[in-house]
Amino acid sequence: MTVPWASEAPPQTQPIIGNDDVVRSRQHVRAFAQQCKLSLVDQTKFITAASELARNTLVYGGGGAMRAGLVERQGRRGVAAVFEDSGPGIPDIELALTDGWTSGGGLGLGLSGARRLVDEFFLDTEVDRGTTVTIVKWAR
Amino acid sequence: MELLSTDREKITSEWIDGVTSSLQGRISKAEVDRELRELYEALVQGLRAGGEETRGDGFSEVRALLTELSRNRARQGFTPSETAISVLALKQALEPVLRNDSAEETTAYLRLGRALDDLALYTVEVYTRTREEIISSQAAQLMELSTPVVKLWEGVIAVPLVGTLDSARTQVVMEKLLQALVDTGSEQAIIDITGVPAVDTQVAQHLLKTVVAARLMGAECTVSGIRPQIAQTIVALGIEFGDIVTKATLADALQHALRKSGVDLVTHQDARR
Repeated sequence: MTVPWASEAPPQTQPIIGNDDVVRSRQHVRAFAQQCKLSLVDQTKFITAASELARNTLVYGGGGAMRAGLVERQGRRGVAAVFEDSGPGIPDIELALTDGWTSGGGLGLGLSGARRLVDEFFLDTEVDRGTTVTIVKWAR
Repeated sequence: MELLSTDREKITSEWIDGVTSSLQGRISKAEVDRELRELYEALVQGLRAGGEETRGDGFSEVRALLTELSRNRARQGFTPSETAISVLALKQALEPVLRNDSAEETTAYLRLGRALDDLALYTVEVYTRTREEIISSQAAQLMELSTPVVKLWEGVIAVPLVGTLDSARTQVVMEKLLQALVDTGSEQAIIDITGVPAVDTQVAQHLLKTVVAARLMGAECTVSGIRPQIAQTIVALGIEFGDIVTKATLADALQHALRKSGVDLVTHQDARR
């Protein structure tokens, strides 16, 4: 994690094993986004990004977990979510982040779209080891 | 087992009193009385037949009674503690019997205590399982409930969507919408997403599929209720709605649908107040 968690509230972990867990992750993220006082547009953007990544974790990563919480850097507050799976990994990151490309049956906009919806986006992946995606949105 | 047989009447009434007071009158004493007396009989028989093997065959009667009791408690909204106390209160009721201070009795009490603890855990297990069953059946009911197809005008139907759209729900929505198009002979359908908190790529894909399916049946589909934050998110995600008509509010969509089906909306001058 490149950004430190805020001291006052510990991050929450949500396993992502079934479809219901995608909804639960979204609810956790929504609570943190509201706590961080993001604007309604930023809240929706962050929640949608989290929803995409949670579904990716489930569908392409074969399940994993999300950690979400408030973050702090140089007096700025924000909300962050880390999605981790130990699935097949992404062999070609460049290709995976191309609009409209999908290895499944989706629209091919989830990963690339999620990157556009947040302020910071870190993708760490290794073939056969798994994928970790971290997203951060700062309060304005 | 001898412990339970010695002073039967006193122990049971004590037990019943303990349980009734912990439930604070939310179940009548007569009902608790009946439940626990049956349970007591079964328990004595179980101990006689199977010793302390609470998960064995000797206790099948006890387990059946406890299953029923736990299920009822779960349905009536009691807490897990209030369910488990039905068993655990028996331990307390037995304490006065131990006054003689004999080592043999104490050992017997401890062994019985272990068996009762195990049975109490069993009630919690059943309680939790029942609660989960209730939750999943409610989820299924909600799914049915939350997807009504309403007729707005002759030839215009609408589906107001509220909540999360997943694959299962979209399937229900799509089926209902397509069936309603056939049943009402409508050519205009409106999908209102005002109540959908977030539109991600999966939701969008489901919407697009529903619209295409409606088109194949010769109906025109409008998506309405796109709020500002949703619009910005859709743009950032890069989702293309193509030539699908979208409107900000249901009113706009209805107006559009009426115009398409040849209905003129006229405002009368003298109707204004």
